[in-house]
Amino acid sequence: MNVLLVARRDLASYLNSASGYIIVSALLFILGLLFNALSYFAGPAYSHELLEAFFLYGFGTTLIAAVLLSMRSFAEEKSQGTDVLLETAPISEGEVVLGKYLAGVGMVSIFVLLTLYMPLLILWNGKVALGHLAVGYLGLLLVGSAGTAIGNFGSALSRSQVVAAVLSGVMVTFMMILGEIGSFSEAPLDAIHYLDLFDAHFPAFQGGRLELSGVVFYASVTAVFLWLTTQVLKGRRWQ
Amino acid sequence: MIGVKNLTRYYGDFRAVHDVSFDVSDGEIVGVLGLNGAGKSTILKVLAGLLPPSSGTVTIDGLDVTTASDALKSRIGYLPENPPQYRDMTVTEFVTYIGRLKGMTAAQVAKRLPEVIETCALRGREHQVIGTLSHGYKKRVGLAQAVIHDPKLVILDEPISGLDPAQIKDMRKVIRKLGEGRAVMISSHILTEISQTCDRVLVIHDGKLKAQGTEEELTRQLGDARIVLTVRGDQGEFEAWLRAHPKVEDVVPRPVGGALASAIVDLEGDIRESFIAEIIGAGFGIRLVEVPDDELEEAFLGLTRAPVGGEL
Repeated sequence: MNVLLVARRDLASYLNSASGYIIVSALLFILGLLFNALSYFAGPAYSHELLEAFFLYGFGTTLIAAVLLSMRSFAEEKSQGTDVLLETAPISEGEVVLGKYLAGVGMVSIFVLLTLYMPLLILWNGKVALGHLAVGYLGLLLVGSAGTAIGNFGSALSRSQVVAAVLSGVMVTFMMILGEIGSFSEAPLDAIHYLDLFDAHFPAFQGGRLELSGVVFYASVTAVFLWLTTQVLKGRRWQ
Repeated sequence: MIGVKNLTRYYGDFRAVHDVSFDVSDGEIVGVLGLNGAGKSTILKVLAGLLPPSSGTVTIDGLDVTTASDALKSRIGYLPENPPQYRDMTVTEFVTYIGRLKGMTAAQVAKRLPEVIETCALRGREHQVIGTLSHGYKKRVGLAQAVIHDPKLVILDEPISGLDPAQIKDMRKVIRKLGEGRAVMISSHILTEISQTCDRVLVIHDGKLKAQGTEEELTRQLGDARIVLTVRGDQGEFEAWLRAHPKVEDVVPRPVGGALASAIVDLEGDIRESFIAEIIGAGFGIRLVEVPDDELEEAFLGLTRAPVGGEL
């Protein structure tokens, strides 16, 4: 119940603020431009190839949207002093983190759903398997979930939204080069490749293949960062 | 209601509060008075469950704040110096949200809200967005969020700071209403506010409890007495008599005209009764004996001037 209270308030706050709209519309604009460029300048291509390219761009913009939207979640509470309201309420740190995560995921989901017109255009003008579409979107939502959890963690580390976004951006970037690092490493260190945010798991979603390992991976990244965020809040309280 | 025993709180190596002990009863309004940085806010934060004590025990309603923190949160209302508020919410939305966070059902909040709006003098502002309210109204909204769940203890950190005189007067009324049936702790460095609103005052200086008691008791602790005397007689003769008296430390003339003479008199020790008898004996007819308006301020400054660690 407490989780939903926090989630509802934060979601309303996102929808009442200009920043949420600006981030979502700017990224939709960028994704739209990329999609247009892809459609007009890439030459003849199969519909599924276009869809795979769309999911590739969608991966990047969804991750950026998740980080930018969630940078305010804890940083703003701290800078405005409203974190006291949560700390003096009979609500656990875990419930606060989960509530804020759900609100962030809600906003990222709105962004992801608003991109739907682009693959629908491919569907309208070409031939696309609905399963491919569904799996690709599941992948985007999972990436959005992981990105929101990472963004929340970055936000819990600072009272500045800009610093929070930079910290989260650095973490996301690091997790996206783990594949490269793994390819230069020898066993057993090469296993680090499986922790790569893109290379190891997203290409399957991009191609329309539903792999349980990918679902488990993104769900695990989400869970780990939510746990870390909870620990940051608990640690700060008893300093 | 509150039992604080040997409370000490460190921030790193800095000792903000040292060995403070006091009790607060149900229905009592207690002021925590001290200069900036004295340790007032730290004590209130410990009571609110925001900071754990470094040592000592703090019990509220019979429960220890360190072990029963969650159980106590629904029994305590806390207003920090800068009222924490979500500026994009309306007054009703915000207070309702806090009520729900404190564990109330939607029906309980709906039933309690009109009473809180009335108590905190927010009638007519219920649907206004908080970001557009004046500073005084924001403070009242802060009070509303602190009492929406009908707590047994209300903690107010500098509730009148930044308010204009009219707002201070209104806020004083609101705080008195809040004190009906519950314990209230108020911190302030504004002495007149403490003396006019609180039943008892704790004087904090350099993290230590220097004194506690009513205004009268605190004044007595200084050992000196300061009174305003108005007598029937000549102003010049009266002043000369006062200055010649061995137990008079200072005389500030306060001519009132006509056949009356008046002065503010600082006495060496509390010898007020015998001193007044001497005045009558000297042939001056007593018309009025008053305590100066700034008496507590003098007492407070006297207490905080005492050497650190020294006894009063």
